[in-house]
Amino acid sequence: MDIVAAIAVLAGIALVAGLALTLAARTLQRDADDVVERINAELPQTQCAQCGFPGCRPYAEAIALGEVDINRCPPGGDATIAALARLLDRDIIALDASLPPPAPPGVAIIDEERCIGCARCLPACPVDAILGAHQFMHTVVEDLCTGCELCIAPCPVDCIDMVATEDDAERAA
Amino acid sequence: MTSAPTENLHRLPGGLRLPGFKAQSATGEIREVPIPKTLVLPVRQHAGSAAQPIVSVGDRVLRGQPIARAEGDFSASVHAASSGTVVAIESRPIPAREATEAACIIIETDGRDEPWDALAPIANPLAATPDTLLEAIGKAGIVGLGGAAFPTLAKLRHAVDAGVDTLILNGVECEPYISCDDALMRNHAVEILFGTRIMLTALGLRQCAIGIESDKPDSWAAFTEAASIEGDDRVQLVAIPTVYPSGGEDQLVYLLTGREVPSGGFPSDVGALVHNVGTAAAVADLALTGTPLISRIVTVTGEGIANPGNYRVRLGTPIADVAAFAGGYTEHAKRLIMGGPMTGVALTDDALPVTKACNCLIATGPAVRTSFEPERPCIRCGECARICPVRLQPQQLLRAHRYGAGDTLDGLGLIDCIECGCCDLVCPSHIPLTQSFRDAKLARRIDVYERERAERARERFERRQEREQVRADAQAAETERLKQGANPDAIAEILARKREKPDGDDV
Amino acid sequence: MRFEPALSPYLRPETGVGAVMREVSLALVPAAVIYFFFFGFGILFNLALCIAACVAFEALALRVRGLPVANTLSDCSAVLTGVLLAFALPTYLPVWVTITACGAAVLLAKHVYGGIGFNPFNPAMLGYAFVLIAFPVAMSSWLPPAIGDLDYIRPNVFERLTYLFTGSWPAGLELDAITRATPLDLVRTAARDQLMLEELRSASPMFGDFGGRGWEWIGNFITLGGGWLLYRGIIRWHIPVAVLAGMLIPATLDSIFTGGASAGPGFHLFSGATLLAAFFIATDPVSAATSPRGRLIYGFGIGFIAWVIRKWGGYPDGIAFAVLLMNAAVPLIDHFTAPRILGHER
Repeated sequence: MDIVAAIAVLAGIALVAGLALTLAARTLQRDADDVVERINAELPQTQCAQCGFPGCRPYAEAIALGEVDINRCPPGGDATIAALARLLDRDIIALDASLPPPAPPGVAIIDEERCIGCARCLPACPVDAILGAHQFMHTVVEDLCTGCELCIAPCPVDCIDMVATEDDAERAA
Repeated sequence: MTSAPTENLHRLPGGLRLPGFKAQSATGEIREVPIPKTLVLPVRQHAGSAAQPIVSVGDRVLRGQPIARAEGDFSASVHAASSGTVVAIESRPIPAREATEAACIIIETDGRDEPWDALAPIANPLAATPDTLLEAIGKAGIVGLGGAAFPTLAKLRHAVDAGVDTLILNGVECEPYISCDDALMRNHAVEILFGTRIMLTALGLRQCAIGIESDKPDSWAAFTEAASIEGDDRVQLVAIPTVYPSGGEDQLVYLLTGREVPSGGFPSDVGALVHNVGTAAAVADLALTGTPLISRIVTVTGEGIANPGNYRVRLGTPIADVAAFAGGYTEHAKRLIMGGPMTGVALTDDALPVTKACNCLIATGPAVRTSFEPERPCIRCGECARICPVRLQPQQLLRAHRYGAGDTLDGLGLIDCIECGCCDLVCPSHIPLTQSFRDAKLARRIDVYERERAERARERFERRQEREQVRADAQAAETERLKQGANPDAIAEILARKREKPDGDDV
Repeated sequence: MRFEPALSPYLRPETGVGAVMREVSLALVPAAVIYFFFFGFGILFNLALCIAACVAFEALALRVRGLPVANTLSDCSAVLTGVLLAFALPTYLPVWVTITACGAAVLLAKHVYGGIGFNPFNPAMLGYAFVLIAFPVAMSSWLPPAIGDLDYIRPNVFERLTYLFTGSWPAGLELDAITRATPLDLVRTAARDQLMLEELRSASPMFGDFGGRGWEWIGNFITLGGGWLLYRGIIRWHIPVAVLAGMLIPATLDSIFTGGASAGPGFHLFSGATLLAAFFIATDPVSAATSPRGRLIYGFGIGFIAWVIRKWGGYPDGIAFAVLLMNAAVPLIDHFTAPRILGHER
């Protein structure tokens, strides 16, 4: 008789716990998009494509699908790797050695003396931070520039330079 | 004028009874430091944006003449503290917590101390309109003289907009060593009351409380005596318990009114306007003689000073000149602290000038620690939380900061930390908590800023993606349409057009 | 002139971890003296052994972890753990059991988690619980107090030491003849036999005015030490008051409703480790809750669980388990009892 009671009680507990867990899994479910959003939120949004994907969000999607490691973002550097490791409960690893080392934060500046107004840099900018039109002077909106360097290669006269931004502390103040 | 019973006060959570160390400086008169050969006047002596210089090298300036104009709503103008010639305008280190430089206007004084004649007293100050008073205060470059140097004009404007009902005069000099407000109250209670009445009338306020620490009987007596000259029913004297940090602005508001200044807000958000007693005296001075803020009282004290005391110092006087007039340094002078021993700034060079924020200069006193013991791990004793005057839990903040949990810090009230330093003093593990919180605040500010930037970049990138998608879709549809039509002539035509314009630049 | 840089505040801190731990240890000296007076030199031996073992284990752990040994030892936390264990463990305990308790306390409870400040559980109580489960018989061997009218065999110093180091008695002696059931054991047995407490009291010479004879006096002096710590501001009143309330309130109600068949508040107060726990064990800051309200909940939980274990559980005294259970609840308590920050809505 005792054994029947024991089995009944245990089965009851198992049933209740199982129901509770199922319910929790249903209501607290995170869909894949949510994970992508959270990964994307940790990325620096420079849209520099150095990771091999055409922007931060595509890279976030690839991470979420487990296609690629979390150490392919040079602008984010160690801080981003650490944040992603914490978010995804992975180990902290070093930046992929095949990628360029993290550069100090900077913005692109167009040397107006040399610019010929070819407009080739305009479509290269992932965040539309370059103003200008064909045959007119171009300029970079410093506040919007993410420092991705994607505009440097298309320029036929090498008139775009990267300059270090002032201290983050100063800018944040 | 009446005095309020102390039992009506609200009890501040936490706080510490600290040793005073005030006796050495609190006796005697306020002595005048002679005008130095060179005045160094930084354009940023206040909280907020730097003033803009309006004189040039070679200009002759007179005492009280404006030399830098307030820039924006949150700034204060700067005046020549004596007559002389502007010999340089250059970037120099200024006394501040972080080693910062700012433009300084250097004046070679001529010793004649000629006044600028464009200065006029406020006519009939006790009937001044708010606009007249605010304009005069703005022109005179008056800032809060309790140490934070908050521009008085900005504070008054905010008070007028928010609609305050109570003026509080802060005579609670709760940090050890400092006695400049005490000296001012003992010697100039009449002026303080006069300045108070001007502000009360101009702002149309009915009540004012002057908070004085209970261990300052002389100041109390001076006010009682002054009341026979400048007495006013609206003004009440209130004895405040000698507990640090009762003199903090938000703390004093809570003590006197029981109102809590909301997180990130100002006292005017709860109907209170708080001024240091020195600020009221400066307003009286301005109203009576038209003198802008060109000097202040500085407590010069500590074991490292031969003749501690309170001195009236022209702004811009190098600290070395002040120390020399106070008898010079003794062999104990290892550290130089501007402000009090709890919140002050350790300066490394006495060539720095006295500014509007400089209420006290301490050259290493007996209680000032000369070495820092290595810290041990937190044992969660909770003493820091017990004495925290804003009821934070410093031990939790520290852990969140060290584990890099930025968003947790916001929930734990990082920005509400008033950096009073109490937690450091009671921590048995000798953890530099206050400094950690200062670091954490800065790191948090940078983090929030960077996240905002990233968010904006992400948005712009995604919009661009969308736009290009729309364009690609349209192009694909067009191709499809042409294919469907299967007009060989049309295709040939397109190819021909393409050949004419090989670049394909679509801009 | 140039001056040294520094960071505010510049005033000296008032106290240090080492000073606090030393003072807590010293506050138990009067209780140790009275313990010695009633129960013989066993407590002195326990103190010496526990302190030495705890400090040695601490030094070993620090050495292995590559931390500064001398500097960390000077926080005296290992000494305090040793002192608390010496009071908690029976005076007749083979040395290897005592050393095991110290090892569990310092290595398992403390250094496994990262050393002082990071241990979720009270080291002394974890060490005690460890040997209580591992060596139940040895752990229930308590001496009766050395009071004239109590009749029992008193082994001499040589015989005692032989037992402590070898675990066996010289011919003609055996543990059962020397040790006695403690008052807490007696009350448990009495409850099982449906005996009224008053009958038990009059039948056994072990009972004093409230709790056990002798033990009562140790309790008095522990309270004295606790009072000193309160006066010095080293501990705050919340935890001791809450522990005592958590135990005495249900004990009083129980005693009233059962009409004297259960042990009353006076007995619980002066028996077992109640007072030691209230003033010296539950007040260990590292493993306790931090906010005043949290400490009231934490302390009350300890007192209540200890009472429940005493009344219905399998062990005569439940303090150690009560403390460990409430230790585990501390993060939760801290989370829900955080004080409202000034200027914040709740």
